[in-house]
Formats: sequence, C-alpha cells, structure tokens
Amino acid sequence: MENKIYRVGMADAKVTQSPGILTTIGLGSCVGIVLYDPITKISGLVHIMLPYSNKISDNSNKLKFADTGIQFLIDEMIKLGANSKRLVSKIAGGSQMFSSKLNSDIMNIGERNVTATKEVLEKIGIPIVAEDVGGNYGRTIEFYSEDGKLLIKTIGYGIKYI
Amino acid sequence: MDINRLNEIYLDILKELVNIGAGNAITALSTMLGKRVDMQVPTVKILEFKEVSDIFGSPDTVIIGIYFDLDGDVKGNILFALDLSSAASLIWNLMGILANGEFTDLEKSALEEIGNIMAGSYVASLSTLTSLNMRISPPAISIDMAGAILSVPAIQYGEISDKILFIETQFIEGEKLIKGDFFLIPNINSFDRILKALGVEVNGK
Repeated sequence: MENKIYRVGMADAKVTQSPGILTTIGLGSCVGIVLYDPITKISGLVHIMLPYSNKISDNSNKLKFADTGIQFLIDEMIKLGANSKRLVSKIAGGSQMFSSKLNSDIMNIGERNVTATKEVLEKIGIPIVAEDVGGNYGRTIEFYSEDGKLLIKTIGYGIKYI
Repeated sequence: MDINRLNEIYLDILKELVNIGAGNAITALSTMLGKRVDMQVPTVKILEFKEVSDIFGSPDTVIIGIYFDLDGDVKGNILFALDLSSAASLIWNLMGILANGEFTDLEKSALEEIGNIMAGSYVASLSTLTSLNMRISPPAISIDMAGAILSVPAIQYGEISDKILFIETQFIEGEKLIKGDFFLIPNINSFDRILKALGVEVNGK
C-alpha cells in the first residue's frame, strides 16, 4: 500500500489509516491538531482558525473552531474504527506572525487558539503527548500514521520530529 | 453583516473603495521612487479559506507580509503581501541594492517604509472618501510561508465569514512586474460604519 498524502487546508480536516500521511502546509496563528489511536493507527488532522464556536455569530463551519473541529475529528475517526478512549494528540502552530502593540486581542489569536485547544482536549480527556506551539514563525507539519511521528518544518527555525 | 450576505451593490462599492485606495497607494509609490509606475486594473478577489494560502503558488512559498493596525472610527488592520522578487525589485529601485533572497535589516526596514507610505495613502484616501477618521500603526514585517502570513487576515475574516476579500494590484516599473496584494480587514462594526458613511443602507440586520 502506498503512503498516500492527504493535504488539509485552513478550516479543513482529514482522517486516514496507516500508512497514510496527513499534512498541513504553512500553519501560522492557526493550530493543527492531530488525533491518533496507536492500536488501530487511525489518525486525523484538523486545521482550526478560532477558539470557540459559541463566541462567533457565524459558526456554521464546524472545522473553523477548536471545540467543534476536535469533536468532528473524533466522530469521523470512530466511524473508521478508532477507539475514543485510546486517542492521544499532538498539536502545533499558534504563532504570532506579526508583533504589534495595538489590537492585542487580534494579535494574540495564536495563543488563544492554543489555550482553547488544550482546554477542549483536557475536557474530553485526550492527552497531549507532544506539542510545538507559539513563537513568531510558520510551520508545515506532516503526520505519519504508521509510527505516530509528527514532522515539523520551518523557514529558518529548523526541522524536527515530535 | 457578513461577506456571504453582501449583495452585488455592496460588493461593487467595496471594490470601488479598495480600487481608489490602491490607486492612491501606487501613486505614492511612484512619487517615492521618483519614477513612473503603471498600475494595471486591480482585481478584487473573494476566496474560500482553503484557496487563500495558494495565491502565491504554494502555501510554503516564502513571501513578505507588512502589517498595520487600523484605529480610529474604523478599526481593523491592513496587510500588504508581496513575493520575494517583487520585494527585491522595490529595494533595487529605492536603494540601488541588489537583494538576493536574504534581506538585511536595512532592506527590511526599507520594505516596511514602502509599505508604510503605501498603506498610509491607501487609508488617507478611504478616510477622505468616507469622512471617517482612520490611522495606521507603525508597520510590522514578517518573511515566512505564505500560508502562515495569510492566516492572519484569514482568521480575522473567519470571525465574520467563510470567505476572505482582498485586492490584487499589479504594477509595472520599467520592465519589472511588481505584484502586491492588499488585505483591508475592517472589524464587523467598522464594516457597517464604512457602508453607512457611503450612504449605503445595510439591510438584514
């Protein structure tokens, strides 16, 4: 079986089985959330843009938010045969791309996205086994469902696996 | 009020608004360079989030983003995004320095200044047109993946819509084609305020 690569855009999500690869290119203040069942090797990736769906009037797009995005991913993975009790997560992104003094609410959206992601995962009871968040640079991430490794590539801040 | 519900009339007005703004910005650039700059008709683009990070080719293409906060009667922000070769052309024209991929601090601050003058005249023309007070913060620059930089305006549009509106300007200086994208991102209340100032009745809400 070939290692099929699934690309996930902004406010988008994909699920796959081993040896599928999930990637999202150019994460900025958004957060990429990987959920993984180590036994069945069923995995999912959602690329969220905003913290909570109930804070926004137009919340029809579930994949835009941390809370509804994570829930969507869990549901899709269970359909494929994942066990929700075994799920673990890896998260990346949430950087502050521009430093600015005004409109701090807008500028720290990356941080607020990370906080919301962690709150939602904790509430559901999914442990975060690895994370690479914050900073002021973009990230491209690739998740390998075969071994559960998450590759993080940056411009000028190196390449690593978490 | 959201972009999805904007009808044709509003859209035309917004297009006109950003056209005028961009036209003034290019004129300011021409003055600064002391050279004639020909502007092609700017195009207003409305894209889905999934398509946004592809406007410079691939989401991992390295681009330059120059960011400003917008304050006053209209709150929000402005992002001016351009590709590396366009940035190098601007630096060459302004400073006579041949930049090769890596930009020095001096070159970065020159780019910030170019962005500052363009965004300043952009906002000044919108301010005159609407009689609303607008001012911009000092510029902040980022050189990184297109997807990461464009996530900033995308997230802000994300609060009101599933689409993003921006204006693409292309201008020719000498034989060089310089391409830059302006993102004007008024917050929700300011969006309505701009339309009201222009005498457009906002229905539905």
